[in-house]
Amino acid sequence: MNAFLDTGLGITLLIAAQSLLVVAFVMISLVFLVYADRKVWAAVQMRRGPNVVGPWGLLQTFADALKFVVKEVVIPAGVDRPVYFLAPLLSFILAMLAWAVIPFNDGWVLADINVAILFVFAIASLEVYGVIMGGWASNSKYAFLGSLRSAAQMISYEVSLGLIIIGVIISTGSMNFGNIVAAQDTGWGALGWYWLPHLPMVVLFFVSCLAETNRPPFDLPEAESELVAGFMVEYGSTPYLLFMAGEYIAIFLMCALITLLFFGGWLSPIPGLPDGFHWMFLKMAFFFFLFAMVKAIVPRYRYDQLMRIGWKVFLPLSLAWVVVISFLAKFEVLGGFWARWAIGG
Amino acid sequence: MGIADITFYAFAITLLGAGFLVTIARNPVHSVLWLILTFLSAAGMFVLLGAEFMAMLLIIVYVGAVAVLFLFVVMMLDVNFAALRGEMARYFPLAAVVGIVLLMQMALLFGSWQEADGARALRQAPTPDMAEMHNTKALGMIIYDQYFLLFQVAGLILLVAMIGAIVLTLRHRKDVKRQDVVAQMHRDPAKAMELKDIKPGQGLG
Repeated sequence: MNAFLDTGLGITLLIAAQSLLVVAFVMISLVFLVYADRKVWAAVQMRRGPNVVGPWGLLQTFADALKFVVKEVVIPAGVDRPVYFLAPLLSFILAMLAWAVIPFNDGWVLADINVAILFVFAIASLEVYGVIMGGWASNSKYAFLGSLRSAAQMISYEVSLGLIIIGVIISTGSMNFGNIVAAQDTGWGALGWYWLPHLPMVVLFFVSCLAETNRPPFDLPEAESELVAGFMVEYGSTPYLLFMAGEYIAIFLMCALITLLFFGGWLSPIPGLPDGFHWMFLKMAFFFFLFAMVKAIVPRYRYDQLMRIGWKVFLPLSLAWVVVISFLAKFEVLGGFWARWAIGG
Repeated sequence: MGIADITFYAFAITLLGAGFLVTIARNPVHSVLWLILTFLSAAGMFVLLGAEFMAMLLIIVYVGAVAVLFLFVVMMLDVNFAALRGEMARYFPLAAVVGIVLLMQMALLFGSWQEADGARALRQAPTPDMAEMHNTKALGMIIYDQYFLLFQVAGLILLVAMIGAIVLTLRHRKDVKRQDVVAQMHRDPAKAMELKDIKPGQGLG
């Protein structure tokens, strides 16, 4: 059996099986995340939320998905057909693609590449195409306005996301997630993770993630009071389902990213307890809970305020932090609190 | 033919095909989308060369930012491209002459191509053997250690270009309302609101 796994076909099958496992994990998480999102939102607003389909409404998302799939695909007149159908596919596939480099435990990663962070970042920067193409191909003014807003927003916040990531890379000396998590394993438990040395940037990163994934309070592309549903307005049935799924997968990816970069990935918060996948999953679920809470309690920003925060507050702050952290790391302030190259590559 | 060869030909064929479609697509937005596919195939070829850092940068900078701006501009343009297409026949001879001249020049250039001593080693410096050092580190060594001064000068030139662009486009407009965030934050109900007791049947004088 082991000999077979070393042949070309064996390796291909192995990689295919592993990919399938990751896809299954993400899809199953996705189903329950949508449910959790709605439940949290309902609890904040003192409603019950989904509670009819299955025990406690747990199967609600399956019912919704089934409903979308069996609906008729209505294609509005005047749409650019290939681009119209390419857009939801792109936003779903790209969101899924980035999971290839996300490790879930020590060594549990599909593609252990050197430039893993850059890969995730590149995929995240491609996700804007699903939005722009969908908005343009729909041949509708609401959709087009939504996609223009969204594109400007995603590009603006990518800049500060990138600069914050540079800080983490400077501290570690590596762009590989395995090395970044290993650099946070100091024996101090939760106090050794990067959130402490990079404290101001954790907040900025979280807010930028909200903006990057078009989550409330920055969900201007689909602001229903202004643009009906933004770039998705002309979509229904399965294409719409793909857009929604892509959005949630991207959000979950951002949760994984925050966990890996600042909160020690699969490391246990208390020294002595065994590390493992369950910590990674718990942390991701916690950050998703924060995403859901923000959606429930923060009112939507105005578009110019969003742009102002992105370019005039976040960008200078994160740029200044890169300079500051370069000095702190270079001169090994506080006994190398910011410089952990010994562990990185 | 190994996996690497098959992948190379897949990327190369996609790149050439998409590049060709950029020029012949009727819709300019489709042209930009094909251009994006061309960039992505080029990034794939970078990965095959062992230059994974360059590949990711190509995607982040060109596909993620520059091509988005292209797409913005092209989508907003209100030009009748069908009418422009009609004039293609008129300009075709001139374009063909330019194309042939360019092709000849390139053929001449490649015909008399000579490599300087050590040029090949220099070219391979950013992508050394994976066992020694990975591409990102090698590139960093070259840019920040070996050619540090050139890198700084290039940065300075970019800075000057950026300032120039800002100076050229900056207009101070006094006739627009601007949001003063600090003033807005320091407003309170006492200053912002006035309560009036209006008698029934009367308006607000």
